[in-house]
Amino acid sequence: MPRESDLPKIVAVNTDEGEPGTFKDREIVEQDPHQVIEGVLIAAYAIGASRAYVYIRGEFFLGVKRWIKAIADAYEAGFLGKDILGSGFNLDMSVHRGAGAYICGEETAMLESLEGKRGEPRQKPPYPASVGLFGLPTLVQNIETLACIPHIIQRGPSWFAGIGTAESKGPKIFSISGHVNRPGNYELPLGISLSDIIFGYAGGIPGGRHLKAVIPGGASTPFLRGDQVNVPMSFEGLAEAGSALGTGGIIVMDESTCIVEAVRRLSKFFAHESCGHCTPCRIGSWRIYEILERVEKGEGHSGDIDLLLDLVDGIDGHTYCPMGSALVNPVRSAIQHFRPEFEYHLTHKSCLVNGVK
Amino acid sequence: MADSDRLENSPIIANPQKQTKLLAALYLAQEEYGWLNPEAIEHVADRLGLSPGQVRSTASFYSMFNLEPQGEYRIQVCEGLSCYLAGGAETIIDYLAHLLNIQPGETTADGKFSLEVVQCIAACGSAPAMRVNDELYENLTLERIALIIRELEGGSP
Ligand code: FES
Repeated sequence: MPRESDLPKIVAVNTDEGEPGTFKDREIVEQDPHQVIEGVLIAAYAIGASRAYVYIRGEFFLGVKRWIKAIADAYEAGFLGKDILGSGFNLDMSVHRGAGAYICGEETAMLESLEGKRGEPRQKPPYPASVGLFGLPTLVQNIETLACIPHIIQRGPSWFAGIGTAESKGPKIFSISGHVNRPGNYELPLGISLSDIIFGYAGGIPGGRHLKAVIPGGASTPFLRGDQVNVPMSFEGLAEAGSALGTGGIIVMDESTCIVEAVRRLSKFFAHESCGHCTPCRIGSWRIYEILERVEKGEGHSGDIDLLLDLVDGIDGHTYCPMGSALVNPVRSAIQHFRPEFEYHLTHKSCLVNGVK
Repeated sequence: MADSDRLENSPIIANPQKQTKLLAALYLAQEEYGWLNPEAIEHVADRLGLSPGQVRSTASFYSMFNLEPQGEYRIQVCEGLSCYLAGGAETIIDYLAHLLNIQPGETTADGKFSLEVVQCIAACGSAPAMRVNDELYENLTLERIALIIRELEGGSP
């Protein structure tokens, strides 16, 4: 954020997370708007902003209603508006409802959408901190981060830094779904073992079936094999294991899961949500989906696995925004860890796990 | 630091009051007209001083705006990975298609229900999930779906 600029500054809150397996934002949006409003106030005070926009994912009907009420209540109590609690500090805040576009989770796409346009990402630089909403310097923050701020201010940074590992500090909300007995959101220190989350907090796998694969950080992070779950859920721990912390959305798959089908489904999501702005993402994601679809159905061609890897290489790093490359990780890692399963589909024209189901 | 009035009038903001309100206006118009037919688009364009083409272009980007007529109850079933792993997705879509006698993308002849497949509705931890208009239904079973449909068939929104 440029210090010397005398342009009005803005805080924009991003709650537009929406990919399979990641569902923490909905819970924060619906359950505790005031905690976030407080975080926004502190952030706005820190950068000297007097206007905040809260962008809420269109599908969060209940969240939108609760935020409209929460903001009205905060104005009523004197926590928003002019001269807040006699401090001389002003902040106006409003809620803006998205309308169903995954890409609006990307910060510049969200700004476009807030401006009432198609949510297509902008070219960076310039970054929103210097040229953001309406061209003004804008701090864009995710709702989970903002919800932490009041607690950090109250208890001090060393309290916060005392949670987690040396390189990954603080608590994190992990969303866990798929084949576990107690799916849901769990707020835990960073660095906790993935296996503790799956077998401890989430109650293990139903029916005593075996763990086959895990996506540890949301739909765009690489697969881990079932024997790799003794890994700390931290930036460094997951990077070392060949995956990433991402959103902290953990998707658990037991032995009855066909990995080809799982990746096919993820690729459909990414193809469907491509905003269409750049070719590698728009065309590449659909091509990958089509190939996975035919492989899954037992109609694949002999070179399809290599073709998939080729396509993935063509997309990786060549897209206009990071969302475009999101599909690369699950596809590449699934083939890396479960290549025999893809090959089985090609040679036997059927699925390796159907018998187990 | 400027107050919000200066922000609204900032010269570098080209008509923010109008364009920023577009998504909200489209929601209102959709509610009033049932879907964003040409008349509704015209109305929004008129009120905000934008061209109908501009309005349509923005509307068409977002899946929650209907540029086609929809049933009174718009049923959206999630086919995302978590819903699939929880036994949902096609199982539920096929069941609803059979129950309503329509395919995904279609509306029943009486205009009551339309059936759609969507990607993820942020209920992966309480999957399988579907949405009917503004209502989210989680932890679905086929029995519950039959009940929900029966109830909707009887009542009005
Ligand atoms: S995958 Fe169905 S709600 Fe997320």
